[in-house]
Amino acid sequence: MTRIRFQQSLDELKEKLLVMAGLAEQQIQRAIESYRVRDLTICDLVDRSEQAINRMEREIDQAALDILAMEQPMAIDLRFILAVIKINSDVERVGDAAKSISDRVRVMEHLASIELPVDIPRMATLASNMVRRALQAFIEADAELARAVLSMDDAVDGINRAAHSALSALMAAESQHAPQALTALMVCRSLERVADHATNIAEDVIFWVQGADVRHQGSLNQN
Amino acid sequence: MGVAIEVKALNAWYGATHTLQDIELNIPANHATALIGPSGCGKSTFVRCLNRMHETNPIARVTGTVRIGDLDIYNDISPVEIRRRVGMVFQRPNPFPTMSIYDNVCSGLKLNGYRNRRELDEIVERSLRSAALWDEVKDDLKKKSGASLSGGQQQRMCIARALAVDPEVLLMDEPASALDPVSTSKIEDLIFQLKSQYTIVIVTHNMQQAARVAEKTGFFLNGRLVEFDSTHKIFTNPSDKRTEDYITGRFG
Repeated sequence: MTRIRFQQSLDELKEKLLVMAGLAEQQIQRAIESYRVRDLTICDLVDRSEQAINRMEREIDQAALDILAMEQPMAIDLRFILAVIKINSDVERVGDAAKSISDRVRVMEHLASIELPVDIPRMATLASNMVRRALQAFIEADAELARAVLSMDDAVDGINRAAHSALSALMAAESQHAPQALTALMVCRSLERVADHATNIAEDVIFWVQGADVRHQGSLNQN
Repeated sequence: MGVAIEVKALNAWYGATHTLQDIELNIPANHATALIGPSGCGKSTFVRCLNRMHETNPIARVTGTVRIGDLDIYNDISPVEIRRRVGMVFQRPNPFPTMSIYDNVCSGLKLNGYRNRRELDEIVERSLRSAALWDEVKDDLKKKSGASLSGGQQQRMCIARALAVDPEVLLMDEPASALDPVSTSKIEDLIFQLKSQYTIVIVTHNMQQAARVAEKTGFFLNGRLVEFDSTHKIFTNPSDKRTEDYITGRFG
């Protein structure tokens, strides 16, 4: 084995990204919990983590840039750096989505609590599982696990579409509940984005491990 | 114009050492092809087999077939003629130190019997222009010796000398490894321009250089061609684990 320092810097980069990803995963779970129990102290925790995640995003990009400039990585190492840069961005956006949910919880605080025709806890569990599995695939360099994450996205999209129809119908039928329905719609939208980011992370893991670009396969095949 | 090179069952020895083993390779015409691999892997021996320079060593031996264009270079043509068709540029610039820039460039032509002054003038200018050196030396062509130029200029002069005999193939054995970054980038730009007219084979230890200038890349290891593919594939997602281990610096 040669280039020991280079290998160490790759390991350090991966570790940094995993610390940040751990924070983002925790943040999305806290945001969901704050929605479930309507607890603004949890929202405060989400806000604080958001700043830490933003700071780490910049540090990781800088470390990746340094490696590109100093070490000129090739092949699997080059793919790894590209994957890290893209996963870094997706993880930060998972953090943004958590913040967005927590912002909605603050709005909900002022609204009457009503029963909504949407299974947000289930959607949250699915999206959160996708993030966890995508990160597990990254930790273990497991392309098969990453492919399994891709197949989970349809379920989240399905719930989001159903929620959109049901909440639109509710707004039309009971306009006094439109603010609650709109808030729930925005939470659904954030969770759907979390699932999309998990999908992106999984695609980047496949690119890193196998060198295969599996993005947009359905739409590109149609054209 | 450049011609394709077809190599079949090529084996080469230095004494008892089997330096190239069963090389099969098709090098496309009018493209740059890079050969990479650790020191002693056989890549320089391979290019020396493409213009029959390998056999100038008394203990060297070659078997197999090398076709350059329509010619089997070990059967259809003399070593002198093949070296006119296949030019070579070495790691260190090798100007003839006592000759002027002009005489350096046309030395190969004079050896081949060219005497027409006007024709020589035209070829020297065309070759120096092709080597991106004309503007820098046109006023001192016959006054300055080739050895008085900078290292990068000397290397471009050697490229002009190789081009002057109108070759079909240009072999370059680490042509920029002794040069500074600016001179290196001039040589690389030159390779980029020349490859539309010549078939270029470049041996390099600088993998970024291979990635920049070549469309195809071959990886040699222990006298064997491990992998030959598009440069993009070799440097982003090689098929063979040994290629990946080498280009990512895990050995070599």
